[in-house]
Amino acid sequence: MSEELVHPLEGFLRKEMIPHIWCEGCGNGIILNSYVRALDELDLNLDKVVTVSGIGCIGRLSGYTNTDSFHTTHGRAIAFATGVKLANPELKVVVISGDGDLFAIGGNHFIHAARRNVDLQVICANNFNYGMTGGQYGPTTPREAWTTTTPYGNIEHPFNLVHLAAASGAVYVARWTTIHVRRLKEAIKKALQKDGFSFIEVVTPCPEIFGRYNKMRTGLDMMNWFRRVSEIRNHSDPAKAEITPERIVLGEFVDEEKPTYGQLLRNMISKVQEKQ
Amino acid sequence: MKAKRGREVLTGEHFWQGDYACAEGAIAAGCRFFAGYPITPATEIAETMARRLPEVGGVYVQMEDELGSMAAVIGASYAGLKAMTATSGPGFSLMQENIGLAAMTETPCVVVDIMRGGPSTGQPTKPGQQDVMQAKWGSHGDYEIIALTPSSVQEMFDLTVEAFNLSEIYRVPVFVMADEVVAHMWERVTIPSQDKIQIATREKPKASPGEYAPFQPNKNLVPPMANFGEGYHFYATGLTHDETGHPQTSSAEAQQKLVHRLCDKIRKNAGKIIRVQKTLLDDADVAVVAYGITSRAALSAVRDARREGINAGLLRLITLWPFPETHVSELAKQADAILVPEMNYGQLVREVERAAKATEVTLLSKLGEDPHKPTEILDAIRRTHR
Repeated sequence: MSEELVHPLEGFLRKEMIPHIWCEGCGNGIILNSYVRALDELDLNLDKVVTVSGIGCIGRLSGYTNTDSFHTTHGRAIAFATGVKLANPELKVVVISGDGDLFAIGGNHFIHAARRNVDLQVICANNFNYGMTGGQYGPTTPREAWTTTTPYGNIEHPFNLVHLAAASGAVYVARWTTIHVRRLKEAIKKALQKDGFSFIEVVTPCPEIFGRYNKMRTGLDMMNWFRRVSEIRNHSDPAKAEITPERIVLGEFVDEEKPTYGQLLRNMISKVQEKQ
Repeated sequence: MKAKRGREVLTGEHFWQGDYACAEGAIAAGCRFFAGYPITPATEIAETMARRLPEVGGVYVQMEDELGSMAAVIGASYAGLKAMTATSGPGFSLMQENIGLAAMTETPCVVVDIMRGGPSTGQPTKPGQQDVMQAKWGSHGDYEIIALTPSSVQEMFDLTVEAFNLSEIYRVPVFVMADEVVAHMWERVTIPSQDKIQIATREKPKASPGEYAPFQPNKNLVPPMANFGEGYHFYATGLTHDETGHPQTSSAEAQQKLVHRLCDKIRKNAGKIIRVQKTLLDDADVAVVAYGITSRAALSAVRDARREGINAGLLRLITLWPFPETHVSELAKQADAILVPEMNYGQLVREVERAAKATEVTLLSKLGEDPHKPTEILDAIRRTHR
């Protein structure tokens, strides 16, 4: 009798939901892999982990992860996660969503959760466009890029997400690409162990939608672009951490401590109750 | 964190504002999470919750907008707390997105809408009843909700408790639709002792984590609900899903099965949910159908009409949704005419007309001022009777 081969990470996935919906060459699988490996290596109690996502390709990740998980409306993942975390501080609440979801329709929730320092771990899959709807430009699309709604090239200035996160008050901010899998996994582990609002941007290939209109037809083409232009500048100024066709600045930009919203809230409640 | 005894329910006689009574009703019902955004004329609910929730170990969070408030309420409910928000028309419009999500993911939660004049920013300090159709139809798609409408400060307390109970029993968003007058007026309120207040809590799953199907209904068509963190590792989505919670984005069967159940769990239990109050209706030729503050002017008018020899009666709607259709259609068989005073340009009157069939239904619309005066309703009764 042959022994059944079991993948060491099988318990972290909802097998019945797989095959996933992601295209060939997409980086979302690498992000999911890095996330569950981080959970595995930290040996976290999965009963106490909640995975939350919004709408978009990466939004399906919450369904593939074998934790309590929720697939919210477009843009509202962080606001939903805020409710979960404040209601039950025992839970480790991780938001994994896309650049459009977190920074266009959900941008307001992002900056305010970071400002409050809600104890959430936010991972953004930045693929430079709205992939699920067929490749429209979004808040991170580079200038001049071709998308279906920038048929004459993108005239908008993109967000620098790590600068935005740092300015909004995140206590941990890092950016990696899907070729930097070990660094990405270590960053996720670090974020999961931090108290407060942490943010990791993952620059990820979307060859099927974004890449093929921008002279990078395959996942490999996009990964080669990342490899060619990536520069690791740990602890550098996130304001200068640009993403352009010529240069992608990566690294850990913020790692600091400050009281979380949850800690301040519980302290206040204790004080109010003592006075009664 | 446990509150000291007695702080959850402020048993006794009080002279309270409606918004205040609503907040106290929520706390008495076990609400321990409020996420909101300031808005006239519902701000006093947020202010009261900000002060009172920490006393009972609960969480008040002021979100960046009403989109986030409603999303946070759903998150808190999935994490196991009884959760609510309170708003007015403009905020209620923003909440519709996640009210749809709450309906789809069967989230027990309470939304209080203190109705002012609309559309848009409208008249923030003036009363209205202009959101009653939005409560039913505000989010896209087919779904059912429950909406209650208090007509006194006492009912701001009582119906907020009931709203939580219904939301827990049916796993559905429940709305407390109060007009600005009921929310802002001050009246005597009697708060019973804690053991006299009935509290319902969501049914917990009997299945083990490995066997739990998060959207498999009980005989009441309501699925038992696990909370996050209890080891069930379940998944919920705003996508059409099957009983296991898995997305079914192409199956007609899954879409029909889910939408039918989301609606039928309310429609088929409507008899148990609906509450109305009937006054002098047994022999009424003219019936007034009213709700909220308008029903109190209507009651006065009905009594005055009786003194003049007109057989008038009042059907006061306590439940707006599901619409008390049977009560109205029975009334229509008996009465010659039905009068519907509303602080809008004709909303619930359409439902009354639909249920009344051939019986004459007249709208008495009022906009932009104080609520209907009893004399205005009395005059309308006289005209209708002639």
